[in-house]
Amino acid sequence: MDKPITRAHRIACLFLLGLFLFNYPMLALFNVSQTVFGVPVMYAYLFAAWALVIALAAAVIEGRG
Amino acid sequence: MLEGWFIVASSFAYIGLLFAIAWYADRRALAGRSIIANPWVYSLSLAVYATAWTFYGSVGRAATDGVGFLPIYIGPTLLLLVGWFVLRKMIRIARLTRTTSLADFVSSRYGNSALLGGLVTVIAVVGILPYISLQLKAVSTSFQVLLQYPQIVMPPPAGSLQVMQDTAFYVALFMALFAIAFGTRQLDAAERHEGMVAAVAFESLVKLVAFIAVGVYVTFFMYAGPGDIFTRAAGRPDLDVLLAPFGGAAGGYASWAWLTVLSMLAFVFLPRQFQVAVIEVTDERHLKRAAWAFPLYVLAINVFVLPIAFGGLLRFPEGGVDADTFVLTLPMAMHNEGLALFVFIGGLSAATGMVIVETIALSTMACNNLVMPILLRVRIFRLTEQRDISSLLLDIRRAAIVAIVMGGYFYYLLAGEAYALVSIGLISFAAVAQFAPAVIGGLYWKGGTARGALTGLTAGFVVWFYTLMLPAFAKSDWLAVELLERGPWGIELLKPTQLFGLAGLDATTHAMLWSMIFNVGAYVLVSMLGSQRAGEHAQATLFVDVFRQTGEPGSRWRGATSSSALQALVGRFLGPARAAELFAAYAKNRGVERIDELEGDRDLVRFAELQLAGTIGAASARTMVATVAQEEPLEIEQVMTIIDEASQLLAYSHRLEEKQAELESATRDLQGANERLKELDRLKDDFISTVTHELRTPLTSIRAFSEILHDTPDLDAAERQRFLGLVIKESERLTRLINQVLDLAKLESGLAEWRSEELDLREVVADAVSATSALFKAKGVALETRLVPSPLVLGDRDRLMQVLLNLLSNAVKFCTPGSGKVIVRLAGDGSTVRVEVADNGVGISPEHQNVIFEKFRQVGDPMTEKPAGTGLGLAICRRIVGHLGGRMGVQSEVGRGSVFYFILPVAAPGERLAVHG
Amino acid sequence: MIAEDESSILLSLEFLLRKAGFDTRVARDGEEALGVLTAFRPDVALLDVMLPRRSGLEVCRFIRAEPALAGMRILLLTAKGGRQDLQNGLAAGADEYLTKPFSTHELLERVKALAAGKGPA
Repeated sequence: MDKPITRAHRIACLFLLGLFLFNYPMLALFNVSQTVFGVPVMYAYLFAAWALVIALAAAVIEGRG
Repeated sequence: MLEGWFIVASSFAYIGLLFAIAWYADRRALAGRSIIANPWVYSLSLAVYATAWTFYGSVGRAATDGVGFLPIYIGPTLLLLVGWFVLRKMIRIARLTRTTSLADFVSSRYGNSALLGGLVTVIAVVGILPYISLQLKAVSTSFQVLLQYPQIVMPPPAGSLQVMQDTAFYVALFMALFAIAFGTRQLDAAERHEGMVAAVAFESLVKLVAFIAVGVYVTFFMYAGPGDIFTRAAGRPDLDVLLAPFGGAAGGYASWAWLTVLSMLAFVFLPRQFQVAVIEVTDERHLKRAAWAFPLYVLAINVFVLPIAFGGLLRFPEGGVDADTFVLTLPMAMHNEGLALFVFIGGLSAATGMVIVETIALSTMACNNLVMPILLRVRIFRLTEQRDISSLLLDIRRAAIVAIVMGGYFYYLLAGEAYALVSIGLISFAAVAQFAPAVIGGLYWKGGTARGALTGLTAGFVVWFYTLMLPAFAKSDWLAVELLERGPWGIELLKPTQLFGLAGLDATTHAMLWSMIFNVGAYVLVSMLGSQRAGEHAQATLFVDVFRQTGEPGSRWRGATSSSALQALVGRFLGPARAAELFAAYAKNRGVERIDELEGDRDLVRFAELQLAGTIGAASARTMVATVAQEEPLEIEQVMTIIDEASQLLAYSHRLEEKQAELESATRDLQGANERLKELDRLKDDFISTVTHELRTPLTSIRAFSEILHDTPDLDAAERQRFLGLVIKESERLTRLINQVLDLAKLESGLAEWRSEELDLREVVADAVSATSALFKAKGVALETRLVPSPLVLGDRDRLMQVLLNLLSNAVKFCTPGSGKVIVRLAGDGSTVRVEVADNGVGISPEHQNVIFEKFRQVGDPMTEKPAGTGLGLAICRRIVGHLGGRMGVQSEVGRGSVFYFILPVAAPGERLAVHG
Repeated sequence: MIAEDESSILLSLEFLLRKAGFDTRVARDGEEALGVLTAFRPDVALLDVMLPRRSGLEVCRFIRAEPALAGMRILLLTAKGGRQDLQNGLAAGADEYLTKPFSTHELLERVKALAAGKGPA
C-alpha cells in the first residue's frame, strides 16, 4: 500500500514542477536573444525542461522505488 | 510521377492498409486475443490528438509566433501526470455505468438527464465543426499543392470554386465514407472499436515517422543542422524577433498559460480523445505508461517544427507560400518527390485518423443523446413497437457521420480562409473546454446539479459562440464587419472580440476567460441555489465516490419480467441474432441451460439495460427496459419513487457504515469490560480461597481436639479441660470470622442496613472506651482520652461504634503489656471531625501501611505468635467510614507506635446525608 | 518433627503423635523447622504449608536438596485444597499431602506408614 501512495505523491509533485517550469516567471528568465550550441535559449530551455519532466515521469512510473 | 491519379491511388492504398489493420484487430478481438490491450498501443492511440493541425499547422504557427505552438502539447503532458487521478476516475465510472460517450457521461452524472445529454451533443457537434473543416482544408490544400509539382503554387481560396470542382468536397465525402466503414459496420453493445483503435495507433506511427523524416531532411540535408538554420535566421531582422518570442509583454505569458490549460482540457474533452482515452481503453493501468510515452511522442513530433518553420521562411523569403504548407513545399522545392508524397500521406493519415474517431464519437452521441430520445418519445414513429431497430440505429449513425463531415465542409466554405490552421483548431478547443466545469465538478463535487450544469454549459457555449464563432464568420464577410469593429447596435461594450471592454488579449484567451467565468459561475451558483432531484443525488454519489464502489450499482428496476420480453427488447436494438447470442452467454454464465429458463429478475433486467446502454445510451436504455419490466409504461412519479428508494438505500448504507463504527467501538468497550470482569473474578477467587483457608484453620483444631477427646476416654481431667477450652476458643474464632465475612459481604454488596442520625462523636467514643476499659485493664495498657467538643456528624451509631472498638482492640493488641499506652483524641474544625487512636506499640512499616486495610492482610511481629484476629477488621472499618462520606488512614513508625484515624464530614444543619436506608 | 504456626493445631498434633509413641519435636515457623531438622533428623516431617518466615514448601525443598537428610519422609498439611496446591507440594518433594481439617485417624495412619517405609525409596 505504501508504494503507490508515494508514487502518486511524486507524480503530483512532478505535475507542480511542470506548472512551474512552463510558466511565467521561468519563461521570462530564458526569453533572451541568445543561443546555446546555435539553438535559441528559449527553445533549448523549453525542450530540455520538457524532456526532463518526461524522463522524471518515466523514472517514477516505471522505476521500482 | 506525382500525377493526380498516382496520388489518389497511393492515398487509397494507404487507407486500404488501415482497413486491413482494423480488420485484423477486430478478428483478434473476436478470438479473445486483443492487440490493443497494450500500454504502447494505448499511448499511440492517444496520439490521435496530433492531427493535420500538428502536422501542417504547428509549422505555420511557429513561422509567425515562435514557440507559440508548444502549449498545445505541454498541456497534455501535464494533464497525463494527473491522469492517474482524473482519467482513471472517469474510466472507472464509464465502465461502471456503461458510458459510451462524453454526452452519456455528463447525462449520467446528472441523474440521466436527457436534456443535458442533448445539450452536450449539440455543443460538441457545433464546436467540432471548425476542427473538422481544418482537416479538410489541410488535406485538400496539400493535395492541390502536391498536384502542381514541380511548381509551388498555393491553391485558390475556399469557396471560390463550385462545390463539384472543389477538392475539399471530395475529401469530405471520402472521409465520411471511411468513417462509416470503420465505425458503423456493426453495433457493439459496449460501443468499442478495437479495429479503429489499432488503425489509429498505426497511423500515429506513420505521421510521426513522416514528420520526423521531413524534419531530418530539412535540418540536416537542406541545412547544416539546427545551428545553421538559427544562425541564418538571426541574420534576418524579421525572423530575429521570433527567437525570443514573448517580447516582454505579460499578455504573452497569460496567453501561453491559457493555451496550456485549454489544451489540457481539450485533451480530455474532445470527443475523440474521450473516445480513445476513456471508452476504448482496455485496462486503466495503461494510463501509467501513457503518462510518459505519449508526452515523448508529442515531444518527438515537435522537435523539428522550428527548424522546418525557419527553413521555410529562409527558403521562401518573398512570401507567397503559406507557412502551413512548409512541411510539404520544402521537399517539393528540393525536388524530393518521394518525401513529398510520404509527407502527403502522413498529413492524410493525421487528418483521416482525427475525422474517423471524431465523427464516430460524435455520431454515437448524436444518435444516442439527440435522435433516439426524440424518436422514442414521438409516438408517430412507433419505435417502441418495432421488432428490429438495430439497422435503424446504424442508419442514424451513418447519416450523422455524413452530416457532421458535411457540416465541417460548410464551415470550411464559410470561414475556412479567415484563420490559419491552428487558430481554427483553437476555436474547437475552446468549445469543448466548456464541458470541464460540469464534468470535473461532477467528479469531485456532489453538490453539482443538472440545472447548474445546464445553465453553465449554455452560458459558456453562448459566450463561446459570440466571442469566437461570430468573429470568424464576420472576418469571412458572411457577417457585417461593423459587428466586430463597433459592436452590435453600435454598443462598444458588447464587441465580440473585446467583450465588456476587455482588450489586449488574443481571441482565444479572451473567449476562454469570459466563457469560463460565465460557465463556472452559472454552474456553481445555480447548483448551490437549487437542489438535486433524488436520482441526481444517487448518481452524484456514484460518480464522486466511484473508488469506494465495489460491485456494479444495483438496478433501480424492481419490477420482474420475463426473459423472453427482455431478449426481444435487446434484439430490437442489437438484432435478434446478437441478442440471442448475448442471452445465451448470460445463461451459460448463470449455469442455466436454456435461455427461457432464465428468471426475469433484477440481474437480468440490469444485464439487458447494460446491453442497451451501450447502443442507445443509459437514459434511453432505462426508458426502454421500463416498457417491458413493468406492466404499465412507467410514470414519472413511479420513476421518482424508485429513484428515491435508491437514494434512501444509499443513505441507509451510509448509516450502516456509521452503525458498523459504533458496533466496533462497543465491541472494544465490551472487551474492556470483560477484562475488568475477569480481574474482578480473579479477585473474588482470591478472596474465597483466603476465606476458605481462614475457616479451615480453626476447624482443623476443633476437629482434632474433638476426635482426641472422643478417642481418649482415659484422658486426665486437667488435659480434658484444657482441650475443651481450646475447642471453645477456636469455635469462637470461627464464629467471629464468619460474622465478619458476612458483614463485609453485606457492606460490599450494599445490602447492609444503615441508619442515619446526628451524632455527637464524643458520646460514641466515650461509650467505646468504657466498653473496652476492662480489656485494657486486663492487658495492663493505659488508656487516655482527649476529647474536644466538636460539631455533630451524620452517621450510624452502631457502625461507628464497631469502628472504634476495632481500632481500640487493635491498639491494645500491639502494645506491650505494662508499658503500653493508648490515647484517643477527638477534634473538629468547621467542616470535619477527626478521631484518632494512638498507641506506643510495635508500629507498622511504610510498605505495610498501604496494605493493612486490605482483606486478610495482617501484620504482626513475625517472631511472636500470629496476631489474633481475622484480618478483616480494618477492611470493614474503612468501608464503614467511606460509606459515611469520610476517610480512614494510619500514620506510624516502626518501634514508636501507630496512629489510626478517621475523618467524618460535619452534618450541615437541616441536611440529611443521603444514605441507604 | 511437627512444623505448625497455629498453636492449637500444633498442640493437638503433638499430643496425637506422642500418644502413638513417636518422639516429637516442634517448630513454629520455617526457620525454626530447618534448625530442628538438622539437629534432630526426624524420620518423618509434618509441615504446614503456610509457615511464617519460610513456607512449608521451601522447607520441603531444603530437605530434598540436603544429602544429610536423605530418606526423610515428608507429610504436607495445608488449608488450601486445590489441585494446583497438591501438585506444588508433590513437586517440592513431599511424600504425602493432607488437607485441613483432617481426620486424626487418617493422619496417624499416614505417619505410621511413612515411618515404617523409612529409608531410601
